[in-house]
Amino acid sequence: MSKIHVSTTVNGDDVEFLCDPRETLLDCLRDKLHLTGAKEGCGTGDCGACSVTLDDRLVCSCLVLGAEAEGKSISTVEGMAEGESLHPLQQKFIEYAALQCGVCTPGILVATKSLLDKNPDPTESEVRYWLAGNLCRCTGYDKIIRAIMDTAADLREAS
Amino acid sequence: MALDEPKTTDFKYVGTRPDRPDGFDKVTGRAKFGADMMAPGMLHAAVLRSPHAHARIRSIDTSQAEALKGVKAVVTRADFSKNVPFDSGLEGEFWNVLENVMAGEKALYDGHAVAAVAATSALEARDALKLIKVDYEVLPHVTDVDAAMAAKAPILREGAADSSVPEGLHPNVVRYHESGHGDVEAGFAEADLVIEDSFATEATHQGYIEPHACLATLGSDGKGELWCTTQGHWYAQKVCAALLDLETSQLRVTASEIGGGFGGKTTVFIEPVALALARKANRPVKLVMSRSEVFRATGPTSSTSMDIKVGMTKDGKITAAQGVFRLQGGAFPGAPCEFTAMCAFAPYDLKNVHQIGYDVMSNRPKQAAYRAPGSPMAAFAVESVIDELCKRLGLDPIDVRLKNASHTGSKASFGPRFDAIGLVETLEAAKAHPHYSAPLKPGQGRGISCGFWFNHGGETAVSLALSEDGTAQISVGTPDIGGSRASMALMAAEELGIPYDHIRCTIADTATLGYNEISHGSRVTYASGLATIKAARDAVEKLCKRAAAKWGIPEEAVKWQDGFAVPSGPNAGNFDPLPLKDLTADMGATGGPIVGHFEASPEGAGVSFATHVVDAEVDAETGKTEIVRYTVVQDAGKAIHPTYVEGQYQGGAAQGIGWALNEEYIYGDDGRLQNAGFLDYRIPLASDLPMIDTVIVEVPNPGHPYGVRGVGETSICPPLAAIANAVSAASGVRLRQLPMSPPRIVSALKHKTNG
Repeated sequence: MSKIHVSTTVNGDDVEFLCDPRETLLDCLRDKLHLTGAKEGCGTGDCGACSVTLDDRLVCSCLVLGAEAEGKSISTVEGMAEGESLHPLQQKFIEYAALQCGVCTPGILVATKSLLDKNPDPTESEVRYWLAGNLCRCTGYDKIIRAIMDTAADLREAS
Repeated sequence: MALDEPKTTDFKYVGTRPDRPDGFDKVTGRAKFGADMMAPGMLHAAVLRSPHAHARIRSIDTSQAEALKGVKAVVTRADFSKNVPFDSGLEGEFWNVLENVMAGEKALYDGHAVAAVAATSALEARDALKLIKVDYEVLPHVTDVDAAMAAKAPILREGAADSSVPEGLHPNVVRYHESGHGDVEAGFAEADLVIEDSFATEATHQGYIEPHACLATLGSDGKGELWCTTQGHWYAQKVCAALLDLETSQLRVTASEIGGGFGGKTTVFIEPVALALARKANRPVKLVMSRSEVFRATGPTSSTSMDIKVGMTKDGKITAAQGVFRLQGGAFPGAPCEFTAMCAFAPYDLKNVHQIGYDVMSNRPKQAAYRAPGSPMAAFAVESVIDELCKRLGLDPIDVRLKNASHTGSKASFGPRFDAIGLVETLEAAKAHPHYSAPLKPGQGRGISCGFWFNHGGETAVSLALSEDGTAQISVGTPDIGGSRASMALMAAEELGIPYDHIRCTIADTATLGYNEISHGSRVTYASGLATIKAARDAVEKLCKRAAAKWGIPEEAVKWQDGFAVPSGPNAGNFDPLPLKDLTADMGATGGPIVGHFEASPEGAGVSFATHVVDAEVDAETGKTEIVRYTVVQDAGKAIHPTYVEGQYQGGAAQGIGWALNEEYIYGDDGRLQNAGFLDYRIPLASDLPMIDTVIVEVPNPGHPYGVRGVGETSICPPLAAIANAVSAASGVRLRQLPMSPPRIVSALKHKTNG
């Protein structure tokens, strides 16, 4: 089967790759661009560990074909920190111990940033429902929710 | 030097909450988990799995797959060791693992591996699977535990039972446990009320978000490298070597960051397969499971069927208790029936108690350990009956538990006498917590339950090397699942007297340290922690010797105080304290590198108890249960890093909520798993849960230098019963089967209404 040539932007960088029509965006990010921050927890869009944004829209990259990335702009967890400075969400996740094993963390960070970009003042319920597509098996979500509410408050104060 | 006296107060670093050392890597996406490793020339592999619950494999034709372009190797059972006897090592465990990772004569469950392919891409490997022809003779199957014990049930394997099984039982019953003391019949006769009831729980999966993944290299010279996500890489090394006829030391295994385990990564599934493919192809091979493979072929915990009988006087004293616990363990022996039986009544100081456990095989995946394996189900059944007794006798459930609680010196239901334990303290803290007296809204009910887990020590080796600049690096051999690297560094900081930030803790590979048992049994902070403390003390002793030599005084005249060597005693003389970094700066010239180490199998893991309080609201129309408030109270002995202890409490409670309300393996009449994905096997979401409050009780464990008890597992023991009791209080119906899913609750309410 012939491969498809894809030109796209990932975390602000222009990239190109060849992909099989069956390969997902997640496969391409991980296996072709070696950006392994997004994880495959299920491959069926149920766990959110592969969350990225595609033209600012939050998606499960396992449900997007690599070929669909053509001409788009993708953001992954690898693009969250600016230089050596962590994004406030990243900092707070460490501070609150909002991660245990850490495998869901990249997806949850990307999904949460996407929420706060749209809604800087979410209620706890809004955060919980926004993250209903991001499974965490270790924490019971308690410390994750607290880290997010505190980051949101800090960001509002700073803006 | 008074280094061996237990220390339980005046800590400088222990008990603080610093950032975890792996935090930065995990929030930036650079932490390397099982599937994140690559090697030059790497192939990708895929596994062909049986679609049948029980079938004889007449033949496997791999010729067409081998001929496909890009395919570099195909393996079947013939490519594994032929030297592993039926009753080899670990009580036959090697043979069972071999049979499980690649089927021999029979496929024993839906999802059982029968062949595997390595190819130049993952897609090619998957395409090649479709070209493998397996000729199956489908056999009758059984997936239910009670059905598997019945007279005419299909037999999975003749001769699998061990000598514990009494005569006359079905060959699928492979192990039997019986324990207790006193005279239960006499005890029941003394009771004012006896309740006898039956309970069942469905199998649940550990549900770690990271599927099993590994990268293997192996040459025909017998030397190999394995990178894998595992709770125990020395165990993986030992088993893989046995299954592939390698010398153990020639296979180096490195544990990746682990994306959750909960017991499910304490064995091997794909690792021997990847090694066999790598050897045959003479190329590195990466093998990653899909989520459906994880559900079909790894984990889950046992399903159970249980009968409980408890007698109580009208003032709340338990006079006798007995339980029969039947555990479905999948296609191989090993269901934790003895743990279920032994944990069942452990919270109570009983004069008369008797328990029986059965390990029963069925055509399901081999059960794997899941957080306090076997204990939560027992607690569900026993604590439901105790709740019912309290209700009918009009007694407060915490008061009744306090009246009967095991305490220091009690003879445990499973035999020995308890050393210092903290059950009473957890009950008292739960009773005093504002949650217990908070008013409930209409439609809500409150439940409580106790839970127990043994905890474990096990083989442990730790090495602690000092650097010239006065910093320290610790090598431990227990994969870090919940922040243990931070805890190790805190304990080492305490002993060395240098800041937490000056210490780096690494999970060493199998070539670097002696054998370390798996990260299981809540053993890491206890056993690796104890070993870290002892290794640090070993280094301190060496530091003191160097100081003594510098000062020209006897070694005994030097003591270690908060990071400094100081002269001590009548013959010591007057010298300025020497800081650690002054002693390490010239260590090359004063005797060479300073390394502390410790190797042992510590046996003082203190048991642990918890009490949970939960409020549930049941929607009578839909049968949906909402957890509105949750409080965990648990004895940690000593919380080294309290935030991570809280995390273990919260995580265990959340998994228990899933087990109680939603999670279950659903098998069709065809013996195939119907819900092998996160959409249909629904673990708790952020929107399902409230905040989970925690109370850390600290009753020091005499078996650890700082009093630590394991905390990881006990937290999943009480939730099933606590929630069942809350649902019963809220809805007026007693659910005896888990999960308490909406259809089951609606059905129970309907039967109640109908009379």
